[in-house]
Amino acid sequence: MERVTPATFIPPEIGDWFDARGWRVRRHQLEMLAMARAGRDALLVADTGAGKTLAGFLPTLCDFAPSAGPAPPDGLHTLYISPLKALAQDVKRNLLTPIEEIGLPIRVETRSGDTPSDRKKRQRERPPHILLTTPESLALLLSYEDAPRIFAGLQRVIVDEIHALADSKRGDQLMLCLSRLETLSPGLRRVGLSATVEDPPALARFLSPTGCAILTADPGPNPDIAMLETEAPPPWSGGGGRYAIPAILEQVKRHTTTLIFHNTRAQAELFFRDLWLQNEDSLPIGIHHGSLSREQRERVETAMTEGKLRAIVCTGSLDLGIDWGDVDLVIQVGAPKNVKRLVQRIGRANHRYNAPSKALLVPANRFEVVECHAALDAVRDHTLDGEPRGPGPKDVLCQHILLVACSAPFTADALYAEVSRAGPYADLTRRDFDACLDFVATGGYALAAYDRWQRLQHTNGLWHLRDPRAAAVIRQNLGTIIDTETLKVRLKSRFGGTPLGEVEEAFAATLTPGDTFLIGGEVVRYESLREMTVEVTRQPGREPKVATFNGTKFATSTMLTERILTMFQQKTWPDLPAHTAEWLALQREVSRLPQPDRLLVESFPHDGREHLAIYGFAGRNAMQTLALLITKRMEEAGLAPLGFVATDYATLIWGLEPVTDPAPLFELDALRDGLEGWLGGNAVMKRTFRATAIIAGLIERSHQGRRKSGRQATFSTDILYDTLRKYDPDHLLLRVTREEAERGLVDFSRIEDMLARVQGRIDCLRLTRVTPLAAPLFLEPSKIPVQGQGRERLVAEAAERLMRDAGLA
Amino acid sequence: MPSPMTAYAFLLAKADLIALPSGALHWPAQQTLCVSDLHLGKSGRMARRGGSLLPPYEVRATLEKLDADIDRTKPARVICLGDSFDDLAAAGELEDHARLWLARLMAGRDWVWIEGNHDAGPVEIGGTHRADLTLGPLTFRHIATPAIGEISGHYHPKARLGGTARPCFLLDADRLILPAYGHYTGGLRVEDPVLQTLMQPQALAILTGPRATPMPMPRR
Repeated sequence: MERVTPATFIPPEIGDWFDARGWRVRRHQLEMLAMARAGRDALLVADTGAGKTLAGFLPTLCDFAPSAGPAPPDGLHTLYISPLKALAQDVKRNLLTPIEEIGLPIRVETRSGDTPSDRKKRQRERPPHILLTTPESLALLLSYEDAPRIFAGLQRVIVDEIHALADSKRGDQLMLCLSRLETLSPGLRRVGLSATVEDPPALARFLSPTGCAILTADPGPNPDIAMLETEAPPPWSGGGGRYAIPAILEQVKRHTTTLIFHNTRAQAELFFRDLWLQNEDSLPIGIHHGSLSREQRERVETAMTEGKLRAIVCTGSLDLGIDWGDVDLVIQVGAPKNVKRLVQRIGRANHRYNAPSKALLVPANRFEVVECHAALDAVRDHTLDGEPRGPGPKDVLCQHILLVACSAPFTADALYAEVSRAGPYADLTRRDFDACLDFVATGGYALAAYDRWQRLQHTNGLWHLRDPRAAAVIRQNLGTIIDTETLKVRLKSRFGGTPLGEVEEAFAATLTPGDTFLIGGEVVRYESLREMTVEVTRQPGREPKVATFNGTKFATSTMLTERILTMFQQKTWPDLPAHTAEWLALQREVSRLPQPDRLLVESFPHDGREHLAIYGFAGRNAMQTLALLITKRMEEAGLAPLGFVATDYATLIWGLEPVTDPAPLFELDALRDGLEGWLGGNAVMKRTFRATAIIAGLIERSHQGRRKSGRQATFSTDILYDTLRKYDPDHLLLRVTREEAERGLVDFSRIEDMLARVQGRIDCLRLTRVTPLAAPLFLEPSKIPVQGQGRERLVAEAAERLMRDAGLA
Repeated sequence: MPSPMTAYAFLLAKADLIALPSGALHWPAQQTLCVSDLHLGKSGRMARRGGSLLPPYEVRATLEKLDADIDRTKPARVICLGDSFDDLAAAGELEDHARLWLARLMAGRDWVWIEGNHDAGPVEIGGTHRADLTLGPLTFRHIATPAIGEISGHYHPKARLGGTARPCFLLDADRLILPAYGHYTGGLRVEDPVLQTLMQPQALAILTGPRATPMPMPRR
């Protein structure tokens, strides 16, 4: 029995409601209540099923209990933020149960991009007591002139799934918004709800830099997790785990509801199609991922909620939150890449708190058997991985300054103080803040500015929008999620056919009429492009191309990478399945296995191109940087590189000429010299710059809309990037792009560490074909093109061939 | 002057023409250089309208390119095929150094500003202003009409080959469409119905880039 103190006193009507359900208020729920009453910010870390959301809302429910005294004043009392719209809807349903059954005088509403505009208007005029929304909708609300009135009495803000938000710029933006809220309502308390993470204090500082209590729920039982045993061994290379379909169907039959996670949307599509080809019992199985149309996804979600599905093939789109009760098995197809995410996915099975979650790992190929094995060990050891978070990015700050300007004039001093109260920006220097403000106000260009080159003006000590009409455009561009350019896919019909989903524009560009591809588990035939929509017809039974989708691309954590390299050093592998042990032995026979103190480089021809595989095991960022530098040196040496792909353990470069002597490519001084010059001009930096330019407000998102209408008014951000590099190399956005690159992409110090460790011991093997270890590299997404003489040669050859074919040359 | 290796020479209405890799058109027999859609002052126009504050360097970048082409081809006549300025106010707002630079390029040359949809009306920069210009067998105007022997711009065509999209010329037996020459200009894919209808089935797309590369015009 918990001791009842004033801090943990539960109003009787709420206590009775718990009793009537046969529930007990849990320890962490009481502690959350105590923290709220002590007026402290709090972060709750708990597994799925621990009653986390209720713990977050319990203090609010208690405030409104009639027996606790007079009801709080009308107006917004508690704001709840979740990364997903659907989650807010789900929480509303769950919250309404106690509110209605206890009879609490609380109005709960949700707000997102889908909320009808008349309701949005009403919400601003008369806010509910509890508003459930997303970071983007909150940012938008804060940009309105009436924000001070809407948020004046706000008591609590609850950030759900804060661990997921902290992984991206959405989290940085949200924390800036929280500081803004605290300015508007000084008594405001911040509450974070998180799944298990490796460094709770860091997450607490992110939420509230000025002292945030950390509460941890009692852990549930250890998960029941294993590798799925199959009759057929996994292939040498290949993704998607289709070899395991019979065994997976068997598991689906034995369980009530199974979630089958894939790492990419393309793999989920291929797997789903093949699963149905073998689904002789016609088990009801659906597919769910972020590139499917909303109608398609909602249909699957509804069927799932109604218990009509036995399994769902899905991607990260189901990583978060919605409570679907009866899931009793999670299958992870493909290596989990990251132990923390694996543990969180496993938690999707069995929401009953005290029952162990059950999960099976299905490696897609032999290399992944090794990865899965390392991940299982890590889960059993209770070690979680994660990279420390860097300081808040400045492009997000620039957008926030614009947002504040939309709402009301401000002084630089006050805004700087406010921004510094956001965790990610606690260490921001005034100089950096002023640089961001200058960029927002005038563009921050070295070229002397003119009167018209002003977005913000400074009068009587206050910064304000030069043209108040600009606010509408700024609001349209709020948000930090940058979409890859995609095209909608529809069934061809005279009346605007059924929407099926979307594909990346770059993929659509490779299609010619008659080509087939997979979407939503169906094979469709490309017919035409009409008003930037891909029109297709159904074409069952044809062998499809694989569509590319911009799903989240996961990187294997450093911790897992190191475990794998260690495993390679064993003489034999009794713990691994025989087929995988044989595969590693074969690699050792035809080539070598990578060693910590040497660098293995393989060179071989494949599919008409020369390939170079470099096994550096330095992590994806460092391997990518290494690839950028090596391809530059190859370009100089006339080796005509065409592109590369980097994984956590290796880099694969392809080109027109073979590399016979790689040692000169790896000279550290030359690599370092190349870093500054080359990093600037490459495709990775341009990609980073584009995102930064959109977030910081240099270019408008709506331009993309105009592009889709087929107008020629817009141009590539690559042009802006090259222009700034040439004429204004110290510009803020270039600095931000470099910072992002250093944080996310470069990791040059790890290349230096690796080369120091290796000390010139480079083993270059010239081989006649792809090696066992290199085979999985061919499946990696995110291939990066190298623009150089190799590509020019290809363009010239392709054009000549086309001219010849057309009888024109 | 012999055409450089990187250019593409062709015949239109019996005139010997050269597509330069920069996107300019050279007509040696008439000592004429033609460029289209410079869109000078685009960043200023956007800033004036309260939109994005784009880096204000596109005038410099475009003039550098034009300067190099003029230096190479030494034309007696330069034809700017319309949309030379992003709007008429942009022409008025040109910075002094850009104005002087243009004046230097124009000195001693017959300089023709063809009116475009962005810059309809005279600009106070010198040169001749015309709706269109006929020289021998060729007519220069901003937007293509069904006329024969016509050189136009306006559409900013771009074509994709080997995974990259590049601005391109479009050429058939009767007409040539120039790519946009200006630094801040986007493109219209040649698969767009307007261009597909405008150009004859045998049309070529001549890609700009390190070299002018001809290919059959991609069809839908």
